[in-house]
Amino acid sequence: MSKGGKKTAGGQYAVMKKVLRYVGRYRFFLICSIVCAAATVVLTLYIPILTGNAIDCIVEAGKVDLTAIASILRVMAVVAGATALAQWVMSVCNNRIAYHVVQDIRRDAFEKIQVLPLKYLDAHPYGELVSRIIADADQFSDGLLMGFTQLFTGVLTIFGTLLFMLAENVGITLVVVCITPVSLFVAAFIARGTYRMFKLQSETRGEQTALIDEMIGNQKVVQAFSYEEKALERFDVINEKLGKYSLKATFFSSLTNPCTRFVNSLVYIGVCITGALSAIAGRLTVGTLTCFLSYANQYTKPFNEISGVFTEFQNALACAARLFALIEEEPQTPEPEDAKVLENARGEVVLKDVAFSYVPEKKLIEDLNLFVEPGKRVAIVGPTGCGKTTLINLLMRFYDVDKGSISVDGTDIRRLTRKSLRENYGMVLQETWLKAGTVRENILMGKPDATEEEMVAAAKAAHSHSFIKRLPDGYDTVLSEDGEGLSQGQKQLLCITRVMLCLPPMLILDEATSSIDTRTEMRIQKAFAGMMKGRTSFVIAHRLSTIMDSDIILVMRDGHIVEQGSHDALLAENGFYAELYNSQFVLSE
Amino acid sequence: MKRLWVYLKAYKKETVLAPLFKMLEASFELLVPLVVKRIVDIGIASGNRSYVWRMCLVMILLGAVGLACSVTAQYFSAKAAVGFATKLRHALFSHLQRFSYAQADHMGTSTMITRMTSDVNQVQNGVNMVLRLFLRSPFIVFGAMVMAFTIDVKAALIFTVVIPLLSLAVFGIMLLTIPLYKKVQERLDKILGIARGSLTGVRVLRAFHKEEEEIREFEKASGALTELQMFVGRLSAVMNPATYVIINGGTIWLLWTGALRVEGGILTQGAVMALVNYMSQILVELVKLANLIITVNKALACGHRIENVLERPADNDGPDASRGGTGLTGPRTAASASGTKEMPVPAVEFSHVSLTYPGAGAESLTDIDFKVMKGQTVGIIGGTGSGKTSLVNLIPRFYEATAGSVRVNGIPVQEQDLRALRAGIGVVPQKAVLFKGTIRENLLMGRTGIEEETLRKALEISQSREFVDEKPEGLETMISQNGRNLSGGQRQRLTIARALAGSPRILILDDSASALDYATDLKLRRALRSMEDAPTVFIVSQRASSILHADLILVLDDGKVAGMGTHQELLRECGIYREIYSFQYADGGKEARTR
Repeated sequence: MSKGGKKTAGGQYAVMKKVLRYVGRYRFFLICSIVCAAATVVLTLYIPILTGNAIDCIVEAGKVDLTAIASILRVMAVVAGATALAQWVMSVCNNRIAYHVVQDIRRDAFEKIQVLPLKYLDAHPYGELVSRIIADADQFSDGLLMGFTQLFTGVLTIFGTLLFMLAENVGITLVVVCITPVSLFVAAFIARGTYRMFKLQSETRGEQTALIDEMIGNQKVVQAFSYEEKALERFDVINEKLGKYSLKATFFSSLTNPCTRFVNSLVYIGVCITGALSAIAGRLTVGTLTCFLSYANQYTKPFNEISGVFTEFQNALACAARLFALIEEEPQTPEPEDAKVLENARGEVVLKDVAFSYVPEKKLIEDLNLFVEPGKRVAIVGPTGCGKTTLINLLMRFYDVDKGSISVDGTDIRRLTRKSLRENYGMVLQETWLKAGTVRENILMGKPDATEEEMVAAAKAAHSHSFIKRLPDGYDTVLSEDGEGLSQGQKQLLCITRVMLCLPPMLILDEATSSIDTRTEMRIQKAFAGMMKGRTSFVIAHRLSTIMDSDIILVMRDGHIVEQGSHDALLAENGFYAELYNSQFVLSE
Repeated sequence: MKRLWVYLKAYKKETVLAPLFKMLEASFELLVPLVVKRIVDIGIASGNRSYVWRMCLVMILLGAVGLACSVTAQYFSAKAAVGFATKLRHALFSHLQRFSYAQADHMGTSTMITRMTSDVNQVQNGVNMVLRLFLRSPFIVFGAMVMAFTIDVKAALIFTVVIPLLSLAVFGIMLLTIPLYKKVQERLDKILGIARGSLTGVRVLRAFHKEEEEIREFEKASGALTELQMFVGRLSAVMNPATYVIINGGTIWLLWTGALRVEGGILTQGAVMALVNYMSQILVELVKLANLIITVNKALACGHRIENVLERPADNDGPDASRGGTGLTGPRTAASASGTKEMPVPAVEFSHVSLTYPGAGAESLTDIDFKVMKGQTVGIIGGTGSGKTSLVNLIPRFYEATAGSVRVNGIPVQEQDLRALRAGIGVVPQKAVLFKGTIRENLLMGRTGIEEETLRKALEISQSREFVDEKPEGLETMISQNGRNLSGGQRQRLTIARALAGSPRILILDDSASALDYATDLKLRRALRSMEDAPTVFIVSQRASSILHADLILVLDDGKVAGMGTHQELLRECGIYREIYSFQYADGGKEARTR
């Protein structure tokens, strides 16, 4: 824990430097903001002096210097106007810096995501990455903004006030300086206690959310087993605990304000006594006293704010650190300079001595050799979760092999441009993913310049034309990202149409069309069959007919390829494939 | 909001005392400028040192009493707010638990969780802030004005101009910016959507090499966000300077009027000071008030959302008002009915059942009509969306039939005690869900009186005995949340064991073997058959092989029964069944029969 703390403390400096690099692009606004902040502080501090001077001119009946007051008030008006202007310009500059810096960082982060290897993306939950780009960046911009506006002006105000006070009266200034630390001490003391309670509170809250997530999220199971009362009992135990911690946390944290306010009033009173006594001794005018009293108010305020801003700022730096960690992540292996462009592949795929694993400790694929002649069909079979998608990851070069090589038409795929390799594959995965946008945009993804006729022809071939036509706006119907309003089957049909339109020379198909009704499924099978004709295809097969029609069957189990060969050869081997095959066909016991 | 206030009622004392003490504190604060005035006018003017000391003591006293009042107020308001939230959470949780499947589906899990967590927190925060500040801030603003009036009416009139102007500046800008901030949020959601999409669809996007297009789209949306943020920022940046100008304008005016009044002998120097002090107190409180209003606004919105949930009557406690009556007679008659041998009552009977989900346009099940005798096995097959799961969900009354009747042991399910009904039915849902806890806790699910022997049997039949025994801690092995430390197949087998542990008379396997390989699936079905006093079993499946041997097979197509009978009968008579079967078995169908 402490080790990690040190690390981040050391890292904070580095993070700060990186932040400054981004801020540096807006140097002009930064300088402008600093100048305005300084002006604001100085002018704000000048006003109490003017007020004091004015009050000094108002002694008692008959002793009021109206002309002097009038000129002081005129100066005051100008100063107030200038302060307001400086304040506004400063805010605008700060806004500009903060929002643009965040936009820049966000763009860099997003661009990085596009070139990160899937190995990284698969290992990090999407939610977490999204929250870095969105929530962390947002928090960072808030912190940055607050830091600029409040931290800077706060510090300036403190020093400015001290200087102004010293210039007016040393004695009273000393009183103020002596009492202020008490306020800080009290605030820090309370903050320590509060922090402990807040930690307990948020831990309990997490515990409770987990329980809610479990019980409400799986309500069907809860109800099926009449577990409701028991669940409520468990909930109540945590709820009571949360109530207890929450009360303490809320109460302790709400002590900060009254307590610091009390200490501040002590400062105020201190100024009052010394000021009044000096005034009686004739060393001070009432106006100066007024001025000091308002300084006493102003002086303590930034202290309270700064502690809050400081935590916020640290938080912002932590967010920035997470963003930078993403931005500085190693991108996928760059393509070699002389990378070949694969055009109209014949579709000869050769895997030679391929070894691959997601984690070094857990070997997955070892010594895999496979020779696929152009136009042949490869079926990948095995129980759910046996790692069939791993092979797809390698073929598409979403992942690179650890050992050995994969080549297409005799060229190692690492010597091809990713773009051209992937262009030569058509892929339909089980998880149907649609882009937020119109149906048309989704279908045209692989071939943006396709004509209307080509698109409709593809849709007809994939049996999606009829349902698309029935959508509210036909091909221009806007879909949300998760394809809300479409059935799982319809989504799958759209994904098939997408590939049908560009029809590359090699195919990767996941046959899990379980979510489409039987008849459509049969049509899709036919469409698939048509597509596969003359194309090298890799099929994650679920249908026996597909499997038996394939030229090569790869049998996978627990991530390993355990058997390889034609249907008959594998049956003759009487291994795992035979077991799978037979268990499906036992009729009588 | 009425439904929510109920939970605050238990804290009546606190809700009254908290603002009261806050007001007390505020009054003491308001007295301070008056004391300062006296110090100036009496103490300094007459050179009376002891008077200054005495007045300062008074001020310390005021501060100390104010602190005491404030701390008391904070305690009361924290207690009321936290207690309120605790009660509210309890009420919400138990209310949500009584939601029927249809209601829960309609609302969605993430919404329910948000209501219970962040929405309640916001409301708690809102209640706390309101109790603390809602009286205090206006009290100080108007108190300061009233105090000014006690000093000098003519000078105080300035306050009546400045306060409305300040309010206008503060609230006007707020009013302008709040809707804009909502728009900012929308644009932020937009870039969030793009970021999410580019991650969830990363394989497809890369397959179609759309990376650069994504970046362009993101940059566009991000630029639009920044633009709006800048605009709103410029607007809200006006607030501080504007209030600053107004307050200082007021002060200037006050000083000038004060000067004239002092010259005229009506006011003293100290009085002018006090007036200036009051002026500066107003601004701080108005800004606090503005922030408070934002918090309260948020809390109100959350409160309304929570209220909406609470207002929705939970389906599961509606008809059960009659629980006591039929609940007692229901299960008993069921037992006696199955006991009498002359007239065997079907274990499950559907007569002309239809189901329309709330809000759905078309029926999901239409005119389902069949009978199953005790101990029989029913296979249900059909494509996705054909209504298989809907059908079995009617048996434990997870949903209610919109037409026709569903009878279990001869008694309509609506007339049976829900608990007793469900206790007799073992459900294995599609999704293999396990809870955090030991394997034993997961099997028992809070049910008492399940013997060790029954558990062992359940594990054996569900084919999970082997892997449970392999674990060093056996039944006491901890399962992590969502059962992440088990494989899909293991989870599924445990959910089957869980259903069997309750010695159900009816067992529903809703496509439960999907994560099992064929061999295990087969072993499981064999074990189920060989059970003594075997339950009536419903097997929902997409695989023809899983239901081939059922006593009765229902073929569903688009919510209707397209065929009913045994495998052989259906092969002869039902076109759709033949289609599915021959399709799944391809030309292996022949082979299979000869084997």
